[in-house]
Amino acid sequence: MRKVVRGFYSVAYAVKLCKPNIICAYPITPQTEIVENLAEMYANGELENCKYITAESEFDAASILVGASATGARTFTATCSQGLILMSEVLFNAAGMRLPIVMVNTNRALSAPLSIWNDLQDSMALRDAGIIQIYVEDNQEAHEMIPQAYKIAESVMFPTMVCMDGFKLTHAYEPIDLLDQELVDSFLPPYDPPIKLSVENPLTFGSYAPPHCYMEFRYRMHKDMVNAKKTIEKVFKEWAEIRRDWGGLIEYKEGKTVLVAMGSLIGTIKEVAEENGWGYLKIRTYRPFPAEEVREALKDCENVIVFDRAVSFGYEGILTIDIRNALYGESPDVYSFIVGLGGRDVPKTLIEKCVSKVINREIKPGYSFEGLKEFEEVLY
Amino acid sequence: MRISLGAVSRPLESLENKTGSWAVKIPKINPDKCVGCGECRMLCPEGCIDLVKKGEKVVAEVDYDYCKGCGICSEICHSHAIEMVEKVIE
Repeated sequence: MRKVVRGFYSVAYAVKLCKPNIICAYPITPQTEIVENLAEMYANGELENCKYITAESEFDAASILVGASATGARTFTATCSQGLILMSEVLFNAAGMRLPIVMVNTNRALSAPLSIWNDLQDSMALRDAGIIQIYVEDNQEAHEMIPQAYKIAESVMFPTMVCMDGFKLTHAYEPIDLLDQELVDSFLPPYDPPIKLSVENPLTFGSYAPPHCYMEFRYRMHKDMVNAKKTIEKVFKEWAEIRRDWGGLIEYKEGKTVLVAMGSLIGTIKEVAEENGWGYLKIRTYRPFPAEEVREALKDCENVIVFDRAVSFGYEGILTIDIRNALYGESPDVYSFIVGLGGRDVPKTLIEKCVSKVINREIKPGYSFEGLKEFEEVLY
Repeated sequence: MRISLGAVSRPLESLENKTGSWAVKIPKINPDKCVGCGECRMLCPEGCIDLVKKGEKVVAEVDYDYCKGCGICSEICHSHAIEMVEKVIE
């Protein structure tokens, strides 16, 4: 069924088809309408065997889902920015407890200064939590990623976060080919974990691990996260067979000059690259990071140009660090442009300007902020 | 060594973690002063104080395997029967 809907609805509708048992969230722009849509579906009795719980903060929302997930419930939440950071204490726990909570992060800049607009700083700050992070390019991909995210999360037992750009995707109306219940049911089996919390069978999740065993727990977590790449690819392939092929851990078009990005920005980049005969590389799963795939794709090209929308203050663009590390020992020069922070527009002309600087050798490999205005530094 | 998924453990399983290892000071109970009121047991955040029968009296006893030496018991004891002393490892 093709329908013109906003990004919010494309997510909410897909969540409904996945038959969650517990939905719990706290409103935050630009996420709110996702859970508003779900609240409406819940109020209308469209969500069977489901409880929608309103929480008093994101910290609570995540905590409620940890408890719910441990009892074997299929769970969902959505958040972003300050909300995600407020959840973070709980989310690191959820990852260590190996609870397959599925969440959507509608990427938004972090305070301060306060911004409700889009960049990737929020989810990238949770890079090392042990959460699977998948970045989507458009609302159709967001819609179709939800059942895949559940299947991945419940197969490898890690929280899984689908990251979609706030406003750029969430608020955009697009014609979406909505999934039907039959297809989702055939793809996604009911969630039935081997270990669950119950009154009859009390357990402690995430119990204390002294120095003599903590490292083994964390090693197992890391090993499982690395191995999750195979499962993710398998799930993506399975989806490709029944619905549409969105690519693997990365989507790559070769070229001498290759532009690298995540999220909706890759949409603009694809168009610019096409017009100019450049290649592009879209990172779909940021964690686990597809290092081998990136190296294989980029090792023989001349210029790798990374467009970063998140900064590791005191170092450089965060995605660039990963890409350069994956290319260590290989020949391409890596150029990095930090663009689009806090909702600053990244038009095609800006991308072309960046690439022409590289191709004309006006700059050396390294990083720079692009699209800055002239400003004067004052005390207040 | 058992490394469970999600660090899940069964009841009593984590008793093998002797969490009192980091205590610097530990409570020493004077059974002559202790009246066995049980307030220290109630307020112990680790639940490692028990009331035991010693002769005619019921007195508090600390399980040093799990006591972290916070000193709450010593602070609240009405009978001043609990003194915090240096933990000596033999």
